[in-house]
Amino acid sequence: MEKISVITGVGVPLKRSNVDTDQIIPAEFLKRVTKTGFEDALFQRWRQDPDFVLNHEPFSTGTVLVAGMDFGTGSSREHAVWALRDYGFRAVIAPRFADIFRGNSGKQGLLTVVVPEPVVEAIWAEIDANPGIEVTVDLVNRSVSCGDVHSPFDIDDYTRWRLMEGLDDIGLTLRHQSDIDEFETHRESWRPTTLPAR
Amino acid sequence: MNATDSGTHQPRTLAQKVWDAHRVVTGENGEPDLIYIDLHLVHEVTSPQAFDGLRLAGRPVRRPDLTIATEDHNTPTLNITEQIADPTSRTQIETLRANAKEFGIRLHSLGDIEQGIVHVVGPQLGLTQPGITVVCGDSHTSTHGAFGAMAFGIGTSEVEHVLATQTLPLKPFKTMAITVNGHLRDGVTAKDIILAVIAKIGTGGGQGYVLEYRGSAIEELSLDGRMTICNMSIEAGARAGMVAPDETTFAYLKGRPHAPQGADWDAAVEYWKTLPTDPGATFDAEVIIDGDALEPFVTWGTNPGQGVALSDTVPNPADIADPNDRAAAERALEYMDLTPGTPMKSIPVDQVFMGSCTNSRIEDLRAFASVIKGKKLAPGVKLMVVPGSARVRLEAEAEGIDKIVEEFGGEWRFAGCSMCLGMNPDQLEPGERCASTSNRNFEGRQGKGGRTHLVSPLVAAATAIRGTLSSPWDVE
Ligand code: SF4
Repeated sequence: MEKISVITGVGVPLKRSNVDTDQIIPAEFLKRVTKTGFEDALFQRWRQDPDFVLNHEPFSTGTVLVAGMDFGTGSSREHAVWALRDYGFRAVIAPRFADIFRGNSGKQGLLTVVVPEPVVEAIWAEIDANPGIEVTVDLVNRSVSCGDVHSPFDIDDYTRWRLMEGLDDIGLTLRHQSDIDEFETHRESWRPTTLPAR
Repeated sequence: MNATDSGTHQPRTLAQKVWDAHRVVTGENGEPDLIYIDLHLVHEVTSPQAFDGLRLAGRPVRRPDLTIATEDHNTPTLNITEQIADPTSRTQIETLRANAKEFGIRLHSLGDIEQGIVHVVGPQLGLTQPGITVVCGDSHTSTHGAFGAMAFGIGTSEVEHVLATQTLPLKPFKTMAITVNGHLRDGVTAKDIILAVIAKIGTGGGQGYVLEYRGSAIEELSLDGRMTICNMSIEAGARAGMVAPDETTFAYLKGRPHAPQGADWDAAVEYWKTLPTDPGATFDAEVIIDGDALEPFVTWGTNPGQGVALSDTVPNPADIADPNDRAAAERALEYMDLTPGTPMKSIPVDQVFMGSCTNSRIEDLRAFASVIKGKKLAPGVKLMVVPGSARVRLEAEAEGIDKIVEEFGGEWRFAGCSMCLGMNPDQLEPGERCASTSNRNFEGRQGKGGRTHLVSPLVAAATAIRGTLSSPWDVE
């Protein structure tokens, strides 16, 4: 995974709350068996509307999405994150994210940044006043800025460290292989197993 | 939940006990705990990239014997012995078959007696048990919490992680008690409870929490009903939902193919009885619902929190104080083509869908059949009944439910997710309105431009008879 420290790019205002994963990527695209190439699927229904923000310059090449409350609700599909990433987004800013979406993002190096609702609205106002303005997400200093808006954001040390180091979760866990082996020796005989099939 | 030690005598919640019993490594300095996974359920949609990742890294599946796969999301519900027509669906199914073979994973394919929706299959085989941890690359994994298991949906990277290590790095969740007091009236079901809960706490209200459903109205529910409730915990934003195991749970499990047997059964039951939340344990939040007052429920909007009692009317966004909720309501009404003030019961539907991992178990089908028996489907309305698994289908056929559905004028299909998410040919046409027993009413969920009203099997049946959204109280 790529190491992340500071992300700067054109801010894209997505002025909607409750953007669910079916809107981020409709189910028909989940049939693919690859892990890349989902850029065409991102917000596919909305993109058919000429007024949709990504159909307007300078937003089509934006890399920082600024969305309303409860972004990424709904299904566990990691495809939602792949679609955002493949389209070119590196960070999403919102007042609140759905848990699974947030977890998935962290695993793919898509930064999810939680700031209070007034900060999101202030960034929208900056973008409205000056379309194409860049938004900076600074993981090192845990801060977001856009024009006159500057806000700190919370991210726990562990997640931040992992993102900054670009570390892969499985590799991290395999450091504990012997603990897992040991744990398994105590697993009670009545706990379920799928094999042999009964 | 706080990750303090299990060795102390602090009163603990059900969720804390299950967490403590699965902690392989305790995270320090803000690191997550490493949690052992007892059961990993796999399906065709969220697994191909995970197996690919294993192959790329040259890693095996650590515990094929704790892993089971079924084909459900994409599978057709008609002509299941023929080749799947949609080439991309076919590729996903074929990819799963090849991966299961390569990595030694038990797979129940289309046509197999144990095939079905992954969340129907696990419980039915007796694999889902109290006190275990269950994951699946599917958000409705929360269903399995009905047994007192800690069960939650994961993304594809986590699927790969569990395949490789049988563990997940996780931060402890907070706990929320949802207490449903009193007793449900006739015609009011588990589905109405959970729709009312989500309408009350909102689609983000459960965020970061494991919900524990408790109280007399929950204790009186069957396991099928408890699964309906836990299934939709994710629609309130929660990671998981749980119900404490009790005699109803043990009776459900006893004799199932993978339930413990003999001395193992006794040891298991003894342990399971220690799981319920201790008196004096505290939850991080609590919500109380009056079960006596609940009525059959229905959603009017495009998220599961946008619901009202069937006796109510389409709400007016102008009455909603929160500006976000108001804007969402306005957009939802436009999409749903509904006018504020319209009585819910006057809204006509084009289709009725009876199925999905929320409501496709045998009791759901029985409840549905009991209302439509001897009646006729409203003219112009289409009805599709899709059992949750091949076994449920057989069981229902043995009881004559297929005949009741067909004589009523509905279609009796093979098992799968079907119109719950419209990944197979079972989809709404643009503009069509559907009363659906599934769990999501998002825009386009059941087909591009389709409009979904979430309801219980009893409401679905009454609606199929009358042709407009209807309460079971409206039919004889
Ligand atoms: S029935 Fe619907 S909600 Fe359940 S697993 Fe299938 S697609 Fe998901």
